[in-house]
Amino acid sequence: MSERISLLTAERAEEWLLKPGVYFMQGNIASAEAALIAGCRFFAGYPITPSNEIAEHMARRLPQVGGYFIQFEDEIASINAIIGAAYGGVKSMTATSGPGFSLMQEAIGLAAMIEAPIVIVDVQRAGPSTGIPTLVGQGDIMQAKWGSHGDYEVVAFLPNSVQEMFDLTIEAFNTAWEYRVPVIVLSDQAVGQMIERLKVPPLDEIKVVERRAPTVPPEEYLPFDSRYLVPPMAVAGEGYRFHVTALTHDDRGYPSTSHEVSKKLISRLVRKIRENEKVIGRYEAIALDDAELVVVAYGITSRSALRAVREARRDGLKVGLFRPITAWPFPYWGLREAVDRGASILVVEINMGQMVHVVREYYNNLVDIHFMPWAPGSVPRPHDILVKIKEVYGG
Amino acid sequence: MSGGLRLGLRTEPIKSLLRMERFPHIWCPGCGIGTVVKCYVEAVLESGIPVEKHVVVSGIGCTSRAPGYIKLDGFHVIHGRAIPFAVGLKTVRQDLEVTVIAGDGDILAIGGNHFIHAIRRNDDINVILVNNFIYGMTGGQYGPTTTLGSITTTSPYGFIEGSFNVPYLAAALGANFVARWTPLHTKELTAAIKEMFKVDGFAIIEVVSPCLIYGEMNNLPPLEVMKIFRDRTVIDHEADLSKIDIDLRDPRKPIVLGNFVRRSRPSYQTLARELIKRARGGG
Repeated sequence: MSERISLLTAERAEEWLLKPGVYFMQGNIASAEAALIAGCRFFAGYPITPSNEIAEHMARRLPQVGGYFIQFEDEIASINAIIGAAYGGVKSMTATSGPGFSLMQEAIGLAAMIEAPIVIVDVQRAGPSTGIPTLVGQGDIMQAKWGSHGDYEVVAFLPNSVQEMFDLTIEAFNTAWEYRVPVIVLSDQAVGQMIERLKVPPLDEIKVVERRAPTVPPEEYLPFDSRYLVPPMAVAGEGYRFHVTALTHDDRGYPSTSHEVSKKLISRLVRKIRENEKVIGRYEAIALDDAELVVVAYGITSRSALRAVREARRDGLKVGLFRPITAWPFPYWGLREAVDRGASILVVEINMGQMVHVVREYYNNLVDIHFMPWAPGSVPRPHDILVKIKEVYGG
Repeated sequence: MSGGLRLGLRTEPIKSLLRMERFPHIWCPGCGIGTVVKCYVEAVLESGIPVEKHVVVSGIGCTSRAPGYIKLDGFHVIHGRAIPFAVGLKTVRQDLEVTVIAGDGDILAIGGNHFIHAIRRNDDINVILVNNFIYGMTGGQYGPTTTLGSITTTSPYGFIEGSFNVPYLAAALGANFVARWTPLHTKELTAAIKEMFKVDGFAIIEVVSPCLIYGEMNNLPPLEVMKIFRDRTVIDHEADLSKIDIDLRDPRKPIVLGNFVRRSRPSYQTLARELIKRARGGG
């Protein structure tokens, strides 16, 4: 038994939210506005290019809806603070880029382990290390999934437009609070800082998921009740007087070194996402039905790839585009039909090979899987991709 | 016992705030942490604040195991990050009384940056820092409060670094309440914790504590340290904090205790509430 509850709701907060309509807006700012609509009332972050517009916008906008903004001393404090706020029952987020995202990895593991719903916007830039802070990269695909130690699952969305910075930020909050899991909006410098059309629907048409709170009395409440895939979540101050630890813990939240307890907990942490992969995972398929070559691209790269696919079609080549909208879970099932037909695959991404490994995991040896590496710092032009398409097509 | 008056004020016995099913606890014989837990729990019961509004947060280490035995909403998070977790929670839930209980390594080494910035911001949280001069849980490595010459597993020839003087550091950073007590001074420690709950802003108590691990390597068994707390402590609320560094190994050096600092700098959370009013055009 559970009920949906939201906390920290200021009076007339909705009057301060972005009004329905059509806007010309930057991706980062669209993400911040979407977070407010999703119910985010706490932002903690540390300055880093190219995500700063999110923090700056939240610093101005959050107090207007009765929320709190703190610029912390580093990214580590920021992510731990939003985990604390989430356990206060308040929707919370941070925004960062590669180096800051690396610093956050230990606490992403904490959030996964104690099932704290948080949202992280990672506006990817060119790496490794300091790299080129002002220019694009897609080098955090693997880090988003495997960056913390141990076994856990996260969800990561891949927006490719200002509209999706808005839509997928709302979906990120909904997914975080539905599954009690850290969710990453895995954007990139180009999508985060581009300015384009945004359509904001009426608020009552936007689905917002609230915390599923327990309804049992405190003496019956188990904070990590393994009878549920996603246990109802009590928060501090409600009288449940529950214990949370990042140590391996039993249903009561008490530490344990038992292998049975470890098996039960860790299996559930991954099962709650894996068993819902087709509910959470999303993709877009363009001209895939008769495609003999499928280009796999995401984020800003998918915009360039779409143009290349259209030009290839104009030249008579049967080429389609498969765009993962979630990196994690990877929507492998969306490629199944094309693979069964014998279509080959070309993965294009702004890195030296990350998502291509995932494609190979599912379809290696079944069809030809080609890869076009692209060093970070620029977006491959449609022409660059078209040349590669022609090189591998029919080969 | 002398707690008769305080017993009269309590509405619940101490056991009601302990997770008795988790005992026996993990601490060594002679460790001071259990006494700190008892003083904290007594202070909670006598605070006048409903128990469900008290939250205890910790990081990693011997002291950070404390929330596991306390029947409150408790969060045992990752190493060094108890303070930012507590700050996030307190900021969005100012109805809660949030207390961090953690050790010298957790708060001052890996968490040192969060410690200094939380005091600078003047976050409205309470910190009980148990200083046992060593990393006990990991087997006795030196830490940021280990004193010159001490033998530890990572300073087998004697410790050659400087050490933090916790009250001096916290006072310099602007904390609103700074105190130092020991597990021998239970009455004063409990009173100081109760006072901390009333402070709007950052409040810290350093609890100088005996440790079996440190004691074994430095000829300072816990019982000997308790005797030092009896014989060599000086209560001086007006002490010059620059001169109150501790060296248990130096028999000529007193251990100065007291409630050293009481200030009323407005807390970050108070100012943040006012900021929200301004941003919404309400003053």
